[in-house]
Amino acid sequence: MKKESEGMYYTQGLTVPETPKPGDSLKPWKQTNVIGKRVPRVDGYERVSGTAVYPSDLVLPRMLYGAILRCPHPHAMVKGADIRKAERMPGVHAVICGSTTGANPSWKYSTFTRIEFATRIFEPHCRYEGEPVAAVAAETPYQAWDAVRAIQVDYEVLPFVADEEKALAPGAPRIHEKGNQLGETVRYSRGDVQKGLNEADVAIEMNFNTACELHTPMEPHGCVADWDGSSLTIWESTQGVYPVQNGVAQALGLPLSKVRVIGRYMGGGFGSKLRAGKYTVIAALLARVTARPVKLVLSREETYLATGNRPPAHMKLKAGVKKDGTLTALDFSCLASGGAYPAGGTAAVDWVVRDLYLCPNVRSEMTDVYINAGPARPMRAPGHPQGAWALEQMMDALAEKIGADPIDLRLKNIPAFSQARQDDPAYTSTGLRECLVEGAKAFGWKEAREKIGNENSKSSVRRGVGVAAGLWMAGGGGPPSTVLVKLFSDGSVNLNMGASDIGTGTKTVMAMVVSEELGIRPEMIQIENADTGTTQYATASGGSKTVPTEAPAVRAAAVEVRRQLFELASPELKADPSSLALMGGEISSKEDPSKKIKITEIAGLKRAGVIVGVGYRGPNPQNRVVNPFAAQFCEVEVNMKTGEVKILRFLAAQDSGRVMNRLTYDSQVIGGVTMGIGLALTEARILDRNTTGKLVNKNWHDYKVPTALDVPAEITSLPIEPEDNEANTTGSKGLGEPVTIPTAAAVANAVRHATGVRVVDTPMSPAVLCKLISEKGKEG
Amino acid sequence: EAKEVKAEEMQKLTIKVNGRSHRLLVEPRWSLLFVLREKMGLTGTKVGCERGECGACTVLINGVPRYACMTLALEAEGEEITTVEGLMEGEQLGSVQQAFLEHDAFQCGYCTPGQIMAAEGLLRAGGPLNVGEIQKGMSGNLCRCGAYAHIFRAVEAAAKARSGK
Repeated sequence: MKKESEGMYYTQGLTVPETPKPGDSLKPWKQTNVIGKRVPRVDGYERVSGTAVYPSDLVLPRMLYGAILRCPHPHAMVKGADIRKAERMPGVHAVICGSTTGANPSWKYSTFTRIEFATRIFEPHCRYEGEPVAAVAAETPYQAWDAVRAIQVDYEVLPFVADEEKALAPGAPRIHEKGNQLGETVRYSRGDVQKGLNEADVAIEMNFNTACELHTPMEPHGCVADWDGSSLTIWESTQGVYPVQNGVAQALGLPLSKVRVIGRYMGGGFGSKLRAGKYTVIAALLARVTARPVKLVLSREETYLATGNRPPAHMKLKAGVKKDGTLTALDFSCLASGGAYPAGGTAAVDWVVRDLYLCPNVRSEMTDVYINAGPARPMRAPGHPQGAWALEQMMDALAEKIGADPIDLRLKNIPAFSQARQDDPAYTSTGLRECLVEGAKAFGWKEAREKIGNENSKSSVRRGVGVAAGLWMAGGGGPPSTVLVKLFSDGSVNLNMGASDIGTGTKTVMAMVVSEELGIRPEMIQIENADTGTTQYATASGGSKTVPTEAPAVRAAAVEVRRQLFELASPELKADPSSLALMGGEISSKEDPSKKIKITEIAGLKRAGVIVGVGYRGPNPQNRVVNPFAAQFCEVEVNMKTGEVKILRFLAAQDSGRVMNRLTYDSQVIGGVTMGIGLALTEARILDRNTTGKLVNKNWHDYKVPTALDVPAEITSLPIEPEDNEANTTGSKGLGEPVTIPTAAAVANAVRHATGVRVVDTPMSPAVLCKLISEKGKEG
Repeated sequence: EAKEVKAEEMQKLTIKVNGRSHRLLVEPRWSLLFVLREKMGLTGTKVGCERGECGACTVLINGVPRYACMTLALEAEGEEITTVEGLMEGEQLGSVQQAFLEHDAFQCGYCTPGQIMAAEGLLRAGGPLNVGEIQKGMSGNLCRCGAYAHIFRAVEAAAKARSGK
């Protein structure tokens, strides 16, 4: 059977160990005391006091600072680099480049579908602006940058292509020997699309484009690297310490045991920090050459150029529907680019088209091309917000055409199983219908539409409401995961797990799981995590699978601790272990509650000092799919004269299974919606396609992420919790990615409702909207 | 009258941070951010962009929020600088920090010290605050995790807690 983690972007190219089978499988909780409550983060104090040490905060004795010289051209060949002047500059300890002996190991790029490409850390054939050419270590970052600027590089500048729609044109500059298409066009089909279109009462064809987005986490990418003889320690800002360990060991030819990666805190990743970067290896190389610790944290501009993106997508969608709302056909195509190397440009863009709604006839074809731009990295729900931008606006357009409410049209086409997968496996739970129905009720959808319909006259500020739905193709998690729970003789607990807490509140949720099972307050639980030297193997925190993967393992470990406790208490209480219960730090007999003993008084525990429970993540149910679902609603105000869009209110109804911590759950919801607002309204990487090929908005002034003024004052989170006894022993599903999937389309549909204008390209900037509104005005 | 400084000469600097005076030798080009973090170990103040865009490095200078990345260390001579560490009362969190913790006004926490300092400056400036004023006051601080809605709640709560004192 296919492993759950196989073929997913967060494990691609990695050998993932198998987890031993768990013992007795646990039943999902019927009622909970801690789980689902609003619990402030267990590491909140560290994060708000400033005592949390992020990798970029670390200062070690004798530490040097690294900086990277990057190719300023989108396409060039390095003919030579003169580093002599740089080497003699004040404070400089080392300068390395492609010709430095032993300092240019190989480096691999890969996609979702396992197309790989081998290159070098300092690759002479620079295929994007920002390709590393040389690096410096110096006593201050100022001196390091002085030296970077003093390196003389002889470039042969090559013609470039920075426009994905021109990459396959005859005569386009070749980025790779085999040409600019990455592999074959990927095709999918079920049923007969032509037949479906013939059966339709209404068919619509539209083109949609989503601009390239950049992750720009607040903490720039980077690390501190330190050698101790032949052992390397790396403090990396990462979503997964184990993949970083793997990448560095592979690049440097080291045994895994000689590479320790620590990543207890990290300042945001959104998919761009799932594995080692070239910068990680460069930091290790500089540290080896100088025999000093080296801190290498990228500048903000470098993070724009070289640490990934959500690929730009050009999509065409033709859809057919009957008057009664039955979908008959979906015909989708997509051209996208993951940049200059294989990086998953089209990955999962068609998934929502294939799987969100019941439709017997579906076709999709996707072509991934190379352009001279930074390689993509997975960005929060790869492909899905792009596909949803197309599909969910199409649903809106179809509803309009047949005179149906957009919610009713969606409700008419809800599947109970996954049509995009072989043999149509059923979902363990799907709350799509409830998300739409309950969300609409809480939002006041019908009332809002009626009210706006009556009031939206000739005013220059118009209101509109919009809805969009979504699902996330992953989010169920699965093995491997191994977790240790240690109970000390005073009743306090240490939890040891490899997973990173990337800001989603993982640590707090896991403490709550222990608390639920052992009755210990979350603040009595100390957590050791994200350290390859001391914690257990975990895949990177990505794919919205960290809670559904780790929580069942934590639960199993806690239950194992409880089992051992009962064994130890049994002789003292003269009761069978199976007849015991644990409550409030006390073990008592279920049959005779007068028979009881405090945990701290159990002689066996005092003798042992500590008991350790090991928990494993059990397998997922066979022939079932565990996916989260969503429906989102918003009301906007559009200034018809300026094209400005103000989002007045937003409601997200999410089915992510059981809510583990309502407080951090809500944080994830408002965060995902906020990022989706960026896709809808403000974010676009701009390449100077015609003249220089360079990235012209490589900073936060020109590339606009949402600010406090771009979001509504309140974003309402409405959890939908369908009972799910199959998904895993905690009933949880992923949340972080599904929550950002429908957002942009919901905003676009609201803008359509307000203005009558259908905006098919992101971002819906005031300039674009103004133009479309005025064109519509002219048409009358 | 401006003091003449030479780029290649280390300069003597006396700087008052969180109520204590410190004497250091600095290059004239060193930013206050660099000196606070890498020379004084006050790493609560974060690096986000080093070009005055994101606010992760926000500190108070004489009670007013300023970007430490856009301030030379030498410019801060003689000024009262407060960093996130300076809001603590011993091991107790300050009122804004406490409100951020309770309202979960962050996710990864990296922009958080800057957000807290911006909020602290806003509250010190006084006056009752409505949500619009909070949004405007906090708009110089980016949060890529998108915690804004919870940040607004935290600032409201901190304002309330303070006025109750």
